[in-house]
This record gives sequence, structure tokens and C-alpha cells, in this order.
Amino acid sequence: MINASLKQLSALLAEKKISSVELTQLYLDRIATHNPVYNAYITVDAKTSLAQALAADELLAGGGAQALTGIPIAQKDIFCAKGWRTTCGSKMLSDFIAPYDAHVIEQFNKAGCINLGKTNMDEFAMGSSNETSYFGPVRNPWNQKAVPGGSSGGAASAVAARLCAAATGTDTGGSIRQPAALCGITGIKPTYGTVSRYGMIAFASSLDQAGPMARSAEDCALMLNVMTGFDERDSTSLQRDKEDYTAKLHLPLAGLRIGLPKEFFAEGLSADVGSRVQEAIAEYKKLGATLVEISLPNTKLAVPVYYVLAPAEASSNLSRFDGVRYGYRAPEYTDLADMYEKSRSQGFGEEVKRRIMIGTYVLSHGYYDAYYLQAQKIRRLIAQDFTDAFKQCDIIMGPTSPSTAFNLGEKGDDPVQMYLSDIYTIAVNLAGLPGMSIPCGFGDNAMPVGLQIIGNYFEEAHMLNVAHQYQLATDWHSRAPQI
Amino acid sequence: MSLSTADVQKVARLARLAMNSTEIEAARTQLSGIFELIAEMQAVDTTGIEPMSHAQDLSQRLREDIVTETNQRELFQSIAPQVESGLYLVPQVIE
Repeated sequence: MINASLKQLSALLAEKKISSVELTQLYLDRIATHNPVYNAYITVDAKTSLAQALAADELLAGGGAQALTGIPIAQKDIFCAKGWRTTCGSKMLSDFIAPYDAHVIEQFNKAGCINLGKTNMDEFAMGSSNETSYFGPVRNPWNQKAVPGGSSGGAASAVAARLCAAATGTDTGGSIRQPAALCGITGIKPTYGTVSRYGMIAFASSLDQAGPMARSAEDCALMLNVMTGFDERDSTSLQRDKEDYTAKLHLPLAGLRIGLPKEFFAEGLSADVGSRVQEAIAEYKKLGATLVEISLPNTKLAVPVYYVLAPAEASSNLSRFDGVRYGYRAPEYTDLADMYEKSRSQGFGEEVKRRIMIGTYVLSHGYYDAYYLQAQKIRRLIAQDFTDAFKQCDIIMGPTSPSTAFNLGEKGDDPVQMYLSDIYTIAVNLAGLPGMSIPCGFGDNAMPVGLQIIGNYFEEAHMLNVAHQYQLATDWHSRAPQI
Repeated sequence: MSLSTADVQKVARLARLAMNSTEIEAARTQLSGIFELIAEMQAVDTTGIEPMSHAQDLSQRLREDIVTETNQRELFQSIAPQVESGLYLVPQVIE
């Protein structure tokens, strides 16, 4: 049961072979057993989840069910869910009970899905290892000494450990794709503007985008069908016709032109990751694809540009946490300014403070043109690289992360080393393109390797097709860790 | 690029973050490392390139100027650190 696909679970629920209450209880039991080790969830509320499951069973019995009705989903703790503690991995929001639902949560509620709990994450989604969470690190189900990646580390760990049927994540610089790669699961970050950011706690608003994390491309397609759609409450939500992301899954890949950016296979890539990615590409050749060498000449600039733009936007977004209207307030202070400073210093962790300071500096008087404006100009060059590349190919492939999962504490002292682990994912956010990661084998340390698939704007259905055909021909995505 | 202690103190003040001298020094070292990374982009010639603020070139959506939100003051204030008579309480600012 725990290895069943969403489509299989949906059929079992429809045929009354299992009830949503039974399925939800099965996962709640697994969470109770394994979460003390993996720490994938910050908050679990069995009573609320089971009440939702009971309502879903009524829908299933009454004929009002949709594709995912009755299926338990883990929600990243960045999404406000009414009545649920919503922490964003921070002490600042450790007691925050969300007064409303994020659009994504609304969509899952409307679909009759069960909120199984809120998953652990790097504080305010800032991190690539889940080590910045106020609620402690998450462990990788393939090796408890290793990190799950981040920032959606709890979601990735929960999916890999079969502590949920599927999960949501968010991706500002790689936070869906990198943990998906490190935990051996499938995740997709759609085109910027496809999923509403309403009620999703903001990090860097021009880059943040939510997406599904699951065990296969097909599962991700079904999840994306629920998550997407226009929402007037997000000023960057795109007005497009509703799309069925499963519609193209079955199409053959003959004639597919895969672009391989030479910069993604250069210095800095671990040999084992490089080999697995090449083997995956060889499999695509067997499926009828042709290979084209392409160049994304500004790849090296993506990390520096990102570490200007994302902290700048974060410093602005996080200025709302002042200890007045909600969130943490310091117990002792002398005056208003002291209250602000103490509440923020005590409420935010080290990485968040570091990024607020970078952002504050680059936006401060006299530096705006040299940093922020310059970064925005190079952002256009990076986006243009992709536009040029897509004239020669239909899809771009490469590694998701330069190495497999590293050990807890291994990169803790050097923020720059941690930042460089997102070198292949960040450019995709800067351009606003859709990107995904699928498992494609294991590295020298027996840890999963992720293949990154980058599509042109709004090409999610095609990317899912490309991933699904590979998953029909291989079984990497169905390997499960022994926990 | 190397930041001075005074630079870091100024930024901490602007960001409303209280930091002691040990924290300032640690931040100075780490931020200097990060700005070395950032310096790579400063040498790029971007003459004539339009800054890109957003992935899609969208114009701001507008709506009718009518009230759409309902009043949820009590719900929103139920999660505030300190409220009284419907007001948020902060330390006295004006004598």
C-alpha cells in the first residue's frame, strides 16, 4: 500500500478496497514510528487529518469524489493552513496559528485531499540541507547521517520514507529539485506564476514558486492538476486556461531534441553524478531522443546574481516580522526600537539574519545600482541564454546537484560552499522557467542521483511526459530506502 | 571585498538586528566571503541591458476600487503578542 502510486490509491479508494480513514491512519502510524528519527514533520494533528479523511470517505461514498479525493498529502510548513501551526521552520513563527488558508491548501481541500501534517524545512526556506530549521535537522532516509537537501527537506524525506503519499514543496533557488535529487524522488517547479503564492510565506517574491514532490512524474502531474490555477490574490498569478498535466504522459519521445549545456558538465561536478546523468541520457537516446550540445554561457553568474536578488527581496519581505502583530516578541525590552531589534535577533536564526544583512546592504543608499540593478541586468542575460538554447533543443538536461547528499554538519561553517550546491538549479528560477528532478541511479556512496529536466515556459506537461517515459523504461524512481 | 566592522554595525542597525561585538565580527567574516562571491558579477559589462525584475513581462492587474475583504480583527488579533481594546500594544513612543 505504501508503495502504491496516486492513481492506484485513487482506484483502491474508489473501489472501497480501502477507506481514506484507513489510509490516513496507516500514514499517521508510520509517522509516529519513524518521525522521531527523520524529523520530517514539524506538526502532525491526527484528529484534524482523520476528520478530513472521514469527510473524504463521505464524498467517495456519495459519488462526489475527484481524482485525488481521500489521499493524504504532506504540506510544507511554508503554506498557511487555517487552524494549523505554521512555522516556516522558524522560532519567529513557532507559535503562529494561521488564520487563513493558502491558495494551495484551498485547492487540496477542494480536491478532498487530507492534510497529513506540516513538513520540516530550512528556516524561511533559506538553506540547502534543512539544517537551518529551528525544529532541528531532517535525516535522509537513504542514510541517517546524510542531509535530505533543502529547503523542502522534510517533504523529500517524508516522500522517500513513505511517510505520505505525496507532498508539496516550494522552490526559490532549487528547494524542490535539490532535495528531490538527494532523496531519490521526483519533484517539479513549474513556470513562475503557475501556482499562486497567496498564503505561502514569502522569501524572494520574484523567484518563489510552489510545486509537487512525489514518487513519480505521473504522481506529480496529478498533484499539479490540483495545485495550479489563476488566483487574483497573487499579483503574479498567470491567467491561463486550466491544463491537464497528465494529457501528454503517454506520448513517445522519438525525435525529442535534448540540449546538454556544456557548463553543467564542467569542473565542480562529481564524477559519479556525471556518470549517472550520462547513463540516463544514453537511455533517452534509446527512447529515440537526439542530443545537442548547447551553451549557457552565464551559468557561473547565476549564484552571485541570486545572492544579491534573493536576499534583497528577503530583507524586504522579512521586515514585517517586528513582534507587533504576530510572531515572536522578546520577553524583555526597553523601548520600541529595542523591542524590534531583540524580537528579530532572538526570533531569526543565523542564516536568515545573514541573508537579511546581505539584502539590507545591497539595497542601502549608494549601493543599489552596483548590486541590485546590476544583478537584474545579468538576470536578463541568464534568461536570454535559455531563450537562445531553446532554439536548438526541446528540453535541457543535466545534473540537479553537483554531488549526492553530504553529511549533516559537513558544510555548516561555510555559507559559500552551501550556496554553490545550488549552481545548476538557480538559473532556472532567475529565468522563471519550469525545472524538475527525477532519480537516475546511485552514486559511489549509494546515495541517489538526480537528473534535472528544464523546459521552456509552460512546458510542464511535456517535461512530465519526458520524465514519465524514462520512468516506464527504468525503475530508479520505484527504489525505496530500507528504513 | 572586505567589510569593515562599522559597515556591519550600520547594516545590523538598518535591518533592526541587535548584535554584540562577537556576532558582528563573525558576520563580518562571513559576509566578506559572500561579497567576494558576489563580486564576480560586478565585472560584467551590462551597458544597454534592461534590468529584469520578473520572469514574464506583465503589467499590474487592476481591480474595481471596492471593499472585498471582510473585517476579521478579532481573529487576526487573537494571534498578536499583546492587544487591548482592539489595539496592538507597543512600548510608549511619545512622552
